[in-house]
Amino acid sequence: MTFSTKRVGALAALAVSVALVATGCAASDGGDGGSGGGDGGNLAITFLPKNLGNPYFDTSDAGGKAAIEEFGGTYAEVGPTEAAPDAQVSFINTLTQQGVGGIVVSANDPEAICDALNEARDNGIKVVTFDSDTNADCRDLFINQATADGIAKVEVDEIAKQIGNAGQIAILSASANATNQNAWIETMKTYLASDYPDIELVDVVYGDDDDQTSFDKTAALLQTYPELKGIISPTTVGIAAAARYLSTSAFKGKVALTGLGTPNQMRDYVEDGTVTSFALWNPGDLGYLAAYAAKALIEGDITGAEGDTFDAGKLGSYTVGADGAVLLGDPYVFDKDNIGDFDF
Amino acid sequence: MTADIQHAPATRSYRDYAQPAWRRLLFTREAAIIALLAIVYVVAAVSVRNFAAPITITYLLLDVATILLIALPMTLIIITGEIDLSVASVVGLSSVTLGTLHQAGMPIEAAGAVAILVGAVAGAVNGFFITVVGLPSLAVTIGTLALFRGLAVGLLGTTAVTDFTEFWTDLAKSKIPGTPIPSVMVLFVVLAIVFAVLLHLTPFGRGVYAIGLASEAARFSGVRVERTKFILFVLSGAVSALAGIYYTLRFGSARGDNATGLELSVIAAVLLGGVSIFGGRGNILGVIAGVLLIGILGSALRLANVTSDVINIITGALLVASVVSTSVLAWIHRKRIGAGIKKGPPAPAQD
Repeated sequence: MTFSTKRVGALAALAVSVALVATGCAASDGGDGGSGGGDGGNLAITFLPKNLGNPYFDTSDAGGKAAIEEFGGTYAEVGPTEAAPDAQVSFINTLTQQGVGGIVVSANDPEAICDALNEARDNGIKVVTFDSDTNADCRDLFINQATADGIAKVEVDEIAKQIGNAGQIAILSASANATNQNAWIETMKTYLASDYPDIELVDVVYGDDDDQTSFDKTAALLQTYPELKGIISPTTVGIAAAARYLSTSAFKGKVALTGLGTPNQMRDYVEDGTVTSFALWNPGDLGYLAAYAAKALIEGDITGAEGDTFDAGKLGSYTVGADGAVLLGDPYVFDKDNIGDFDF
Repeated sequence: MTADIQHAPATRSYRDYAQPAWRRLLFTREAAIIALLAIVYVVAAVSVRNFAAPITITYLLLDVATILLIALPMTLIIITGEIDLSVASVVGLSSVTLGTLHQAGMPIEAAGAVAILVGAVAGAVNGFFITVVGLPSLAVTIGTLALFRGLAVGLLGTTAVTDFTEFWTDLAKSKIPGTPIPSVMVLFVVLAIVFAVLLHLTPFGRGVYAIGLASEAARFSGVRVERTKFILFVLSGAVSALAGIYYTLRFGSARGDNATGLELSVIAAVLLGGVSIFGGRGNILGVIAGVLLIGILGSALRLANVTSDVINIITGALLVASVVSTSVLAWIHRKRIGAGIKKGPPAPAQD
């Protein structure tokens, strides 16, 4: 309004400018490493998780960082604070402008970031998706954490081992129309029939991925089937609720429980003996493999075509499958001996 | 009585209007924001690698176009002293409407028209509760924020509609030939001119300011307070729906959770642009500068590898500083007027 408005405005402008210059200078050091590249191509690889501050992606990106340090590339991680469908677009655009060598991204939306990724690829950037894929024509490779067969097989094998290959078991699933879970349950039934004829699947109940419902359904299962020897819960909400019920009941240690869970949810129950083992993939390995896949693309060893083979450090050699997908491998089994190594 | 009225203007001197017009225009809050915008741009262009490239402008404008569009009616609503928190949910609702209708076989043009109509109806629902029932807009639009978002997510579930006609998705991302400016800016400039004329050059617009300064006084002066507010909320709904169509086509993805949380970005930018949250103050130009300032700052900081947490902190601090500086300035201003004119008119209510 008057002279003082101008002065305050100018002061604010100055403060912002100073902050910008400071960060700008700091950043140009990092940028040099990025465009520096090397003989085998530009090995500046940036991880773009769904959101920052998510323990799952902290673990996966740490795996990526370890891999990139092994082969002498430049690691960076950027990402939005919230996992909104469009939030990753501006970060992808920024990376395109900076001219990084590769982007490793877990997509919040399979379609929304497509154009931005294709623009990056038009500028020579290699794009690898992991954990959550985009449409197949928007990326060079997808690092798939697990297949339905792999998940079904590991869960049945684990429960069979724990109950001595015979007896009644039940499944505590998510909702009755959950696509993934239903596919896994069908595979489990087939596999049980062919490989474990002495195990009887007596019931499939649905906890709707709600903690209290899953808890109540577990209680009901144990009431209904007094001979029950084991429960498989192929959902992280279900297995945690079932473990909580078992740990405080008379069935603790007598009824086996396995399924898909995360170490942080399951740690207490594994340590107190309620649960012997459960499965999931190892996000650290997932990030590690994605980083090596990006390296192989950048250096021109592979193009992402089916049948391409590349080396992934300590994980060994991998082959690209149909639709540019690379399978990490069998799910990872967590038990008392290794759960301490994980924090997600 | 008549003698007094004739006498008063001759002796009173309004400090605000005592200076020549160019000085009054130069030293406004809006001018300060525009100057800040220019300085940040120049500093970023010089010090941040890759920022000076024309593509920065393209990405930046594509990103802020949604906020720019919604900020136009929001400016008018906040100037009346009201607020509309449901705008981002209307974006989601419009996105889902467009998606489901297009999936059912309707062409984009018709589906878009229906989506805008849905947005206008959503705005009318807000307007009805605020002007006819007489509830506070904060409470009403918090409610409809949840309501419209719930409808949007409920209609489409967790799925997304992605198969839009390529002509339209390409148009949403296209640039004006020969420039780095996205085509959507044409739409924005047209709407910005319409809203600027409406606010600054029409009796309706004077009424908007009058309502914000003193609602009762405005009513007694013949401003149709309820009708004005109702129209503004319908406009807000319609423009938010239009922004939702742009958003959907740009990302090629219609989802119920599109643009979640966007209302706060819009309101932050409007306040940064010099509009008083208490109403009665602000203009369109300042708001546009406010939106662009937040956009440029984010873009420059991202290019400088600053993490998104830090970007949020800087944007938030800037907003707080801007609001605080206005209050401090208003206080200084009142003191100076108080000192200069013993029996002068009371200072206009500032934020």
